[in-house]
Amino acid sequence: MTPINETRNSIIRGETTARAFVESALGAAEKLNDTLNAFLEIDREGALKRADAIDASIKSLSKTSGQAPAFSGMPLAGVPVAVKDNICVRGMQTSCGSRILGPYHPPYNATAIERLLAAGAVIIGKTNCDEFAMGSSNENSAFGPVKNPWDTSRVPGGSSGGSAAAVAAGIVPVALGSDTGGSVRQPASLCGVIGLKPTYGRVSRYGLVAFGSSLDQIGVFARQASDAAIVLGIIAGRDRHDATSADVPVPDYANELEKDIKGLRLGVSRALLGEGLDEEVRAEIEKAIDAYRGLGAEIVDIDLPHAKYAIAVYYIIATAEASSNLARYDGVRYGFRAEEAPALRQMYRKTRDEGFGPEVKRRIMLGTYVLSAGYYDAYYLKAQKVRSLIRQDFARAFEKCDVVLTPTSPTPAFLFGEKVDDPLAMYLNDIYTVTANLAGVPGISVPCGLSSAGLPIGLQLIGPHWSEATLFRLAHIYQHAYPLNAQARVHA
Amino acid sequence: MRSFKQTEIVQATSNRKSQIENNVMPITESDIEKIAQLAHLEMTSDERRVFAPQIADIVTYVEQLKEIDTSEIEPALGGLTLEGERTESSRADEVQPSLGQKLALDQAPDAAAGHFRVPKVLS
Repeated sequence: MTPINETRNSIIRGETTARAFVESALGAAEKLNDTLNAFLEIDREGALKRADAIDASIKSLSKTSGQAPAFSGMPLAGVPVAVKDNICVRGMQTSCGSRILGPYHPPYNATAIERLLAAGAVIIGKTNCDEFAMGSSNENSAFGPVKNPWDTSRVPGGSSGGSAAAVAAGIVPVALGSDTGGSVRQPASLCGVIGLKPTYGRVSRYGLVAFGSSLDQIGVFARQASDAAIVLGIIAGRDRHDATSADVPVPDYANELEKDIKGLRLGVSRALLGEGLDEEVRAEIEKAIDAYRGLGAEIVDIDLPHAKYAIAVYYIIATAEASSNLARYDGVRYGFRAEEAPALRQMYRKTRDEGFGPEVKRRIMLGTYVLSAGYYDAYYLKAQKVRSLIRQDFARAFEKCDVVLTPTSPTPAFLFGEKVDDPLAMYLNDIYTVTANLAGVPGISVPCGLSSAGLPIGLQLIGPHWSEATLFRLAHIYQHAYPLNAQARVHA
Repeated sequence: MRSFKQTEIVQATSNRKSQIENNVMPITESDIEKIAQLAHLEMTSDERRVFAPQIADIVTYVEQLKEIDTSEIEPALGGLTLEGERTESSRADEVQPSLGQKLALDQAPDAAAGHFRVPKVLS
């Protein structure tokens, strides 16, 4: 797929039009949606209107200035983008993969969306996901699961499965998702694309429907690390609408991609490559470690002694925060309301019973339980203390190395139905990804190989706070040296 | 009345604590119903039957945290980085345009006369 800066430049130079690019993305989205179910809404009319507006402004600017620099404010002019259906885009639906939202039509844009639009991007639609971003397989969407474009009998991962599939199938070059415990990186790994979860506070959460507020970050999917770098540079930065967005300068990520990685220290924890890891994934990760050594990186042994507790900590903290965040869905101000409830309390209970799917209920129940009187200290407070230990683990590891390398997911894409009846087995898919959310550090999944069945395998790079430039650099050099040389079977 | 209730709560809390310490944490269908009440969720008996062992399973799994000594550890307070903590988030309390009544009510399942309408509160 053409890099987005080339797409943008060819539109600006008048060699092609935004309409042509957007039309082709829309056509692919529509054609493949019966097979993939990646989109919950495709906004043909709105997207074409916006593409035409961009073409018109390019035309008028060329007349007045005749110079490309006049367009420097539009680094994404005409680039089609897909957005997970839990990020608010004015004029489109927001369902979060749930029936309880109705769907909702937000009267405002998320800050990340405002910034994409200001850069000239064209949002073509909203992508399917596990309900309220809770899941690792997309089987929790109220609107049916997304299929993995590499093998449609298998899951795309979750929760941002629709965005991952849309990029893997070549419908769009880049897409937004959200990552609370791995929901960008794990589907990126299972679909063979780049998936970045930024540092907590790097991207404003304004307009991202809240799941676990101390863990949530908007993330980026792309075919190429260089495209993800451009998009992060646009959406990152302080936003007064989100008090947790940090006032930290945004580097020129794209400009730092080509820097040498010689001497960078990659930390590997042998304990994390042990039990529970699929043999083929292990073999590809070992190869990737050797490959990085060959590219000039230094490999050092590190230890993350509390990583084995991360799933337990995560499923206490994330469910506790979710039980509070999802209390707002009560059938009063927007969305779905159950009928025939004689009084207010029954209306709340019926609405939430009929509106939420089983996994969301399970997590609300678990979160309510761990926060309830008598259990708070034993579970929630304990989990917050172990979270401190996990943060310390990373701080110590980063004294010895620049970036930690792990698998992204313990297995390649699994079959539909394989884990759906065993919630705990499903949660264990997140074993390598949740630590980054708990520590607030950035992580990226990079396609590193294929299984014998031809399914993508991803490696994960985790860096210290604000080290996205280094992660992109390591991803970029790997993709150039070891491109996948294969594409999904279902492809535009 | 109030002090009696508080004693009850303290008593219940310490019972629960000793149960947790002894690692007997079976979650019954009636526990599920209690949690569902707190969470404003209606549960059919089928759902209670499915959820009770699943949630017990997950709770047993998270019990492994007990093996870590955290007596000297401060709890994490959220996801913020040091830079995030230092970011000045306060602003002047100034009146600004808001959604307005029409937009705010636009998507309500039942709005009337500029209000959200709900079923009766008292039965």
